[in-house]
Amino acid sequence: MEKLLELDNLHVSFQTYGGEVKAVRGVSLSLDKGESLAIVGESGSGKSVTSKAVMRLLPNKIGSIKEGAIRFQGKDLAKASEREMEKIRGAEISMIFQDPMTSLNPTMTIGKQIMEGLRKHQNMSKSEAKERSINLLKLVGIPNPELRVDEYPHQFSGGMRQRVVIAIALACNPKVLIADEPTTALDVTIQAQILDLMRDLQDKTGTAIILITHDLGVVANLAQRVAVMYGGMIVETGTVDEIFYKPKHPYTWGLLASMPKLNADSKELLAIPGTPPDLMNPPKGCPFAARCPYAMEVCLDHMPEATNVSSSHKAACWLLDERAPKVEPPEAAVVGGAR
Amino acid sequence: MAVVEREKLLEVKNLKKYFPAGKKGVLQAVDDVSFDIYKGETLGLVGESGCGKSTTGRTIIRLYDATDGEVMYEGEDVHGRKSRSELKKFNRKMQMIFQDPYASLNPRMTVKDIIAEGIDIHGLAKTKKDRDNRVYELLETVGLNKEHANRYPHEFSGGQRQRIGIARALAVDPDFIIADEPISALDVSIQAQVVNLMMELQKERGLTYLFIAHDLSMVKHISDRVGVMYLGNIVELTTSDELYEEPLHPYTQALLSAIPVPDPELERSRERIILEGDVPSPINPPSGCRFRTRCPHAMDVCAAVKPKWQEAREGHWVACHLYDEEAVKQNN
Repeated sequence: MEKLLELDNLHVSFQTYGGEVKAVRGVSLSLDKGESLAIVGESGSGKSVTSKAVMRLLPNKIGSIKEGAIRFQGKDLAKASEREMEKIRGAEISMIFQDPMTSLNPTMTIGKQIMEGLRKHQNMSKSEAKERSINLLKLVGIPNPELRVDEYPHQFSGGMRQRVVIAIALACNPKVLIADEPTTALDVTIQAQILDLMRDLQDKTGTAIILITHDLGVVANLAQRVAVMYGGMIVETGTVDEIFYKPKHPYTWGLLASMPKLNADSKELLAIPGTPPDLMNPPKGCPFAARCPYAMEVCLDHMPEATNVSSSHKAACWLLDERAPKVEPPEAAVVGGAR
Repeated sequence: MAVVEREKLLEVKNLKKYFPAGKKGVLQAVDDVSFDIYKGETLGLVGESGCGKSTTGRTIIRLYDATDGEVMYEGEDVHGRKSRSELKKFNRKMQMIFQDPYASLNPRMTVKDIIAEGIDIHGLAKTKKDRDNRVYELLETVGLNKEHANRYPHEFSGGQRQRIGIARALAVDPDFIIADEPISALDVSIQAQVVNLMMELQKERGLTYLFIAHDLSMVKHISDRVGVMYLGNIVELTTSDELYEEPLHPYTQALLSAIPVPDPELERSRERIILEGDVPSPINPPSGCRFRTRCPHAMDVCAAVKPKWQEAREGHWVACHLYDEEAVKQNN
């Protein structure tokens, strides 16, 4: 299949008072047309920074792409000028943010905010753009769109605002939609509505989705492929079934095991001891070694290469080396049980 | 769970908490809520934002004064007039852990002083050394160590701060702890650490918990019984296993089906009940059953009559006309 977006050995750093924080340290990823890829990780793992780098939305005084390429339709976005990026943002790649309360402009009507992109990127006339806005609001399930298009964000509830944000993101039929924790700020019943809507819209529009989240339930619901990030690196990638049913990396095991399961008896949760690494002084070897129950000497000094488990499944762990002892995932990390 | 008569630690009877809202409005945050908490159990309270679960917790511990109703702790009313010394007595028995570990610790106090505040107020330490030792012991209990005592909150991560919050609550040796979303601000792997710690402490010290959260899977994991709240009312209350296996109230059913499970195959095959619309405003809640505007099974009677809080099965309480034969008859 054709690669739509490809990240190649991406490095992103931030300059702070304390020194350089290496937030993303060599991320390689690819996204096919129309697929949905989830990037999973905890806070500070670099998942949001990766997506902001793709959009070139890093704070430009302190954040910078140190190394690597972001190839999108034959162009390297890492080197694109601001003017070139303006043509891509919102038109080719668009983004939904976590908090629908702050990502809309409170002083503009909903309609104006949707029309902004249409007028700029597609040279639509005012009336055309307004009509399209109403259609978009209908598409994302907002009742009475003809009336609501002239209302302001404060007149909408949280779930409705997130629908509006999605409508803005989809206005110009982008090829890639980056959704950064799109449902984290919403209640579960509203989250179910939004996830349903996103799946439905993907079927209709064929937009590829990069979903950034820490919620494995949301991943299982929406993603086809998953990349697990830890300490600024991708530690495991695979199809959603491979990650959930045949995980290979101890960090993925830990994530799966630390989630309580609704259908299982309550045993003690398998917590991952310790805290994530400090990316000011990132560890020399595997970022997870300090918290990993299976860590060996080699893990502390040398970063493992990504090993191919199958054609679609890769994990970066020394346990997959043929010289390493064979280790089985803990029972609590087994999803589904009967399989 | 043993069938033997269990001792009630806390009885909440028809508790109401209204807040003034604007010129003529009254926000009915908690409206006529009744439940019991038994000694040594964990009662979970779940619901979406604005359902009144936190207000219920805060009213029980008297951070808010109740508008109406009673909270009986070991047979004594928590509300009602009380002298300072009487209140102090309650405060030693009841403690609270808050949601935001960044906002609930005073940034200008050292960890030692934060934890020892309760010890000082209640005069639990005779000498400075005694006080220090108590703090060190508490730090170790929650998985930190004594080197942490002289540091300030900003030097700690979210999970560690929540541990400090737990140590502070434990300092006065309480019997009952209200934990208001203690883990929602934490990462998944850290959540498990904190929950495991809370469960261990309960085993060791025989604590009773009221665990308030919106994350149903975590609540199921930690709780013996769970109450579900919607717009200021408790709509269902039963053991956590029964609630998840046989939810009776349509809202509970929708809530459970809305949680995405970390199992892709199950997610693909699952039938979801997706509720329409949003939660109505608690300033002008719907008449009758407050859930009727979004309920897939709503009947005429639901708008007219408020459903009774009844025991549909042994130990399984629900407020819904579907389980009230009289109401169903009346409807037809």
